[in-house]
Amino acid sequence: MIDWLWTPLQYAFMVRGMLAAVIVGMVCAVLGTYVVLRGMAFFGDALAHAVLPGVAVGYLLGGGARGPVFWWAMATALLSAFGIGAVSRAARIKEDTSIGIIFAGMFALGVALISMVRNYTADLTHFLFGDVLGVRDTDLLLTAVFGALIMLFILTFYKEFLVISFDPTLAATLRLPIRWLDYLLIALIAMSIVVSLQTVGVTLMVAMLITPAAAASLLTRRLSRMMLIAALIAIFSGISGLYLSYYLNLASGSAIVLTCTSVFALIWGITALARRYSRARAAENM
Amino acid sequence: MNSVAQPTANTITPRSHPVHIPGEPILRVEHLSLAYEGVVALQNVTFQLITGERMAVIGPNGAGKSTLFKIIAGLLKPGSGTVSVFGAEPSGHICISYLPQHNHVDWNFPVTVGEVVMMGRTRKIGFFRWPSAGDREIVSRALRTVGLHAHAHRQISQLSGGQQQRMFIARALAQEADLMLMDEPVTGLDTPSQEELFTVLDTLREEKVTVMFALHDLKLAATCFDRVMLLNRRLVGIGKPADVFTREHLSKAYGDRAQVLENGHGLSMVDDTCCGGREE
Repeated sequence: MIDWLWTPLQYAFMVRGMLAAVIVGMVCAVLGTYVVLRGMAFFGDALAHAVLPGVAVGYLLGGGARGPVFWWAMATALLSAFGIGAVSRAARIKEDTSIGIIFAGMFALGVALISMVRNYTADLTHFLFGDVLGVRDTDLLLTAVFGALIMLFILTFYKEFLVISFDPTLAATLRLPIRWLDYLLIALIAMSIVVSLQTVGVTLMVAMLITPAAAASLLTRRLSRMMLIAALIAIFSGISGLYLSYYLNLASGSAIVLTCTSVFALIWGITALARRYSRARAAENM
Repeated sequence: MNSVAQPTANTITPRSHPVHIPGEPILRVEHLSLAYEGVVALQNVTFQLITGERMAVIGPNGAGKSTLFKIIAGLLKPGSGTVSVFGAEPSGHICISYLPQHNHVDWNFPVTVGEVVMMGRTRKIGFFRWPSAGDREIVSRALRTVGLHAHAHRQISQLSGGQQQRMFIARALAQEADLMLMDEPVTGLDTPSQEELFTVLDTLREEKVTVMFALHDLKLAATCFDRVMLLNRRLVGIGKPADVFTREHLSKAYGDRAQVLENGHGLSMVDDTCCGGREE
């Protein structure tokens, strides 16, 4: 067993991958509690897809270097995040419609740009589904810095984010800067997407945001605990997903997400059974 | 400021001090009108509130009660006319608590009763700070005032309808609100819960909290409030219940609907209150 656990860790790329998966998982899970509670899952998914053209431009301009990809992705994520709101307001169309329009358009643009490159399928796959085992030291540093920044903001504005998410009317009568807090939360989501780009890729990103948080919401009725449990689930999924990936030779991003999904299914099953059992007990006692 | 305010009155940041001009009434509304996309919601409404009083706002659906509350809370801009709270625009104040109609929050949200009440203190605590022992003391005192101290650690969906309303009152107390606007909080509550709510509201009077309360029950309005306001876009009447709930005023406010009410349960209560008033 020890051997089984130890063997993969002899490879530096596995260790870096695990560190990246743990940091990204934790950050996304904590931020994801707000995404789940505020019903922003579609927005998160769309935003992740919309980052692709930025990735492509960074990739084309940087000749494959990671730095430009990261910064171009970051700029695109922020631009799309605020663009969705602006289009929705200016065009007087429903927000989910404008999200859909921007998301599909940007994603198509990203695929078109990448298809201009010769060996495009391999690179496209990495951007779409992640390449956590290809994480380098510099990537890890960027991930850690931005991860820490996101966590710092969530902690700093914990009570304000709680109020605007739970009761916007109260936030308004308390004269909180609701619009700026909303923008900040959106910017944090955009940042988390770019940070997790290499771990799970744009198509699976939304799972990192919502699945651990949704699983945690089944277990607790406290926001702070929900954040903690979601983070633990994400860390567990990141590590065990990579072991699965190593031993079963699975794509790493998929293995992490599938572990998350299984944990969710397991918790859901157990809580549903527990509820049925306690209802039956209650009925007997009546 | 009510008495709950005192422990931290000196510690709050200057920015969160609302402008309270001495001698100005808690609420002065003058010639207030508002039209939404051509439809008149409120027309030329003028009245004042006295500190610590409890005012019932009665009127048919669509009479502009909610609109009036939102304007007073500073969430909507008046079309014309002025609204001032302690002599300044409502939107600068953090001493106004507004409870919208119906369930305006997600009751499955992962927060406890105590946490919701603490939300009222968000601005008093200030950015980049966590609740202090003083804040926690204010929250637990507010919970005791409304009789929910034992429920502080419960998730909010475990509360009954009446307890939910009392939790919001506790939050307004924690906010150190001087003016509470409650939009139909008794709708859907059974009689014991209503009575508990009014018992709590009686204690607010001692704290000099002024309450405006929209409701449909004329009898409740006539018995549990200092003054009543009859609203149907225009101000039909304001004053003591006996003077306001006259047949003439009611038919002016409710129009043809008063006629319908006459045969049902409704106007029999109205008759009781207005005739009782006339005999005095």
